Amino acid sequence: MVIADIAARTLPRLLIGTDGPESLADHVGRLGALPELRVDADRWQLISTLEASGLRGRGGAGFPVGTKWRTVAVQAQAAGGGVVLANAAEGEPASAKDRTLLALRPHLVLDGAVLSARAVGASEIVLYIGREMTRARHAIEAAIRERRSARLKEPRIRIVDAPDRYVAGEESAAVHRINGSDAKPTVVPPRPFQRGIHGAPTLVQNVESLAHAALIARLGETWFRAAGTATSPGTCLLTVRSADEVRVREVEFGTTIGQVLAGLERAEAPQAVLVGGYFGAWLPWRRAADLPLEYDALRAAGAGLGCGVVLALPRDCCGLAEGARILRYLADETAGQCGPCVHGLHAMADVMWRVAFGRPKGNDAGQLRRWAGQVAGRGACRHPDGAVGMVKSCLDTFADELEAHARHGACPAALRAAAVAPIPDQEGGWR
Amino acid sequence: MKAVLRVNPIKCAAEGICAELFPERIQLDDWGYPIIEQGEIPEALIEHARQAVAECPRLALILQEQS
Ligand SMILES: Cc1cc2nc3c(=O)[nH]c(=O)nc-3n(C[C@H](O)[C@H](O)[C@H](O)COP(=O)(O)O)c2cc1C
Ligand code: SF4
Repeated sequence: MVIADIAARTLPRLLIGTDGPESLADHVGRLGALPELRVDADRWQLISTLEASGLRGRGGAGFPVGTKWRTVAVQAQAAGGGVVLANAAEGEPASAKDRTLLALRPHLVLDGAVLSARAVGASEIVLYIGREMTRARHAIEAAIRERRSARLKEPRIRIVDAPDRYVAGEESAAVHRINGSDAKPTVVPPRPFQRGIHGAPTLVQNVESLAHAALIARLGETWFRAAGTATSPGTCLLTVRSADEVRVREVEFGTTIGQVLAGLERAEAPQAVLVGGYFGAWLPWRRAADLPLEYDALRAAGAGLGCGVVLALPRDCCGLAEGARILRYLADETAGQCGPCVHGLHAMADVMWRVAFGRPKGNDAGQLRRWAGQVAGRGACRHPDGAVGMVKSCLDTFADELEAHARHGACPAALRAAAVAPIPDQEGGWR
Repeated sequence: MKAVLRVNPIKCAAEGICAELFPERIQLDDWGYPIIEQGEIPEALIEHARQAVAECPRLALILQEQS
């Protein structure tokens, strides 16, 4: 009865129920038991279904999930085993969707992790979870206990703390941490799918991606594609923010940014939107309002879904100030390993600080763009690439403000308004 | 034979010797770290590339040669 209920509607799929974690009984009552993939053909069939569903990863890079499972399954077969790393580090300060999902539907995420382990042939699951996420963690720990008492035959699920650092959730950093070292990225190759946890082929998958996979395994790819658009099927979790509001929402792909922001308490149209988080892109409202959240349209607009953050900048705030604070934060959050990233981001942050809060010099914007071009692609991980992309879009979107700052000095909004983009304290260690 | 030169950014410490030995393909950025021009290295330049690799005190350069 309940399966039919879910199958019949498009939304919500993940964010069902709002008061506290769903129990195992409710979860199984709603969806039925997880497919066991008893014979080899079953797991390849599931991987084909995932490929056909068009599900893409929700941790930032948007890589096709089925393709990754197939790659790891082949590697694990050759290596005689594999590991699943369920990534709930959620290092992005503006994002809350992963912790919300874990807190509400821990069993759906665990289902996805167990299913992926069965599909790729992994004998261990590591759930890598942000250290500060108390609610999510309690929900997951309780859910694991419930599954043990129910004597579900599943691979062992181990929880490892992700330190509170921006890059700790990068896949090679996560593997490094779980292998007993600092949560800092390593030089790839070998990538985790080749040699990851304990040297075994490792499937690194964001927890939202896993939750979608757990539904597709039961309801099929046609059901998945009933929501969203032809090229961006399904629904996605977003963290929608404005000055003093944060909401996690599930929307169908193809929903416009204007629709996503409708219903925020601040009714007035924002001046600009940051799409995709701190590695994302600033877009002026006139370009963002009718832009569908959909992979192709976002790419054409110079943006991306990233980790699903949509941050609305109210009219009485300064976009340059927001960009400068974010860049300073990202510069302080490098792993301190690669020269171009460490020096480049700090140098850029200094100039950007002057642009936002002082009086920009004539060539400051040009210098920032030149450095952005130099720094991108030259770190062990894509941290610098993400950071400079955000800066370039900030300079483009707030070009008028930049000119005004150059002429009159920092605007009153830059000096007055509290930050919209959250900047955490930076005291965390690397383990 | 295809040859591509890469740098391990974690090992690299801006010694700058590579840019002296292989100026045809390596420039230094504003902080002294090498920017390697993308693409295959032609036969004529392969010796310079090998020398840069050999002389890097950090062993941070990698020449991937595939035949
Ligand atoms: C600097 C940096 C930080 C990242 N942090 C996270 C994170 O906190 N959580 C996450 O799921 N992915 C994060 N990623 C992406 C992961 O490297 C990886 O692509 C992802 O977990 C794979 O899962 P998916 O394919 O389901 O998205 C980060 C990437 C970079 C470059
Ligand atoms: S690119 Fe930056 S964040 Fe990534 S490993 Fe190197 S120093 Fe650390």
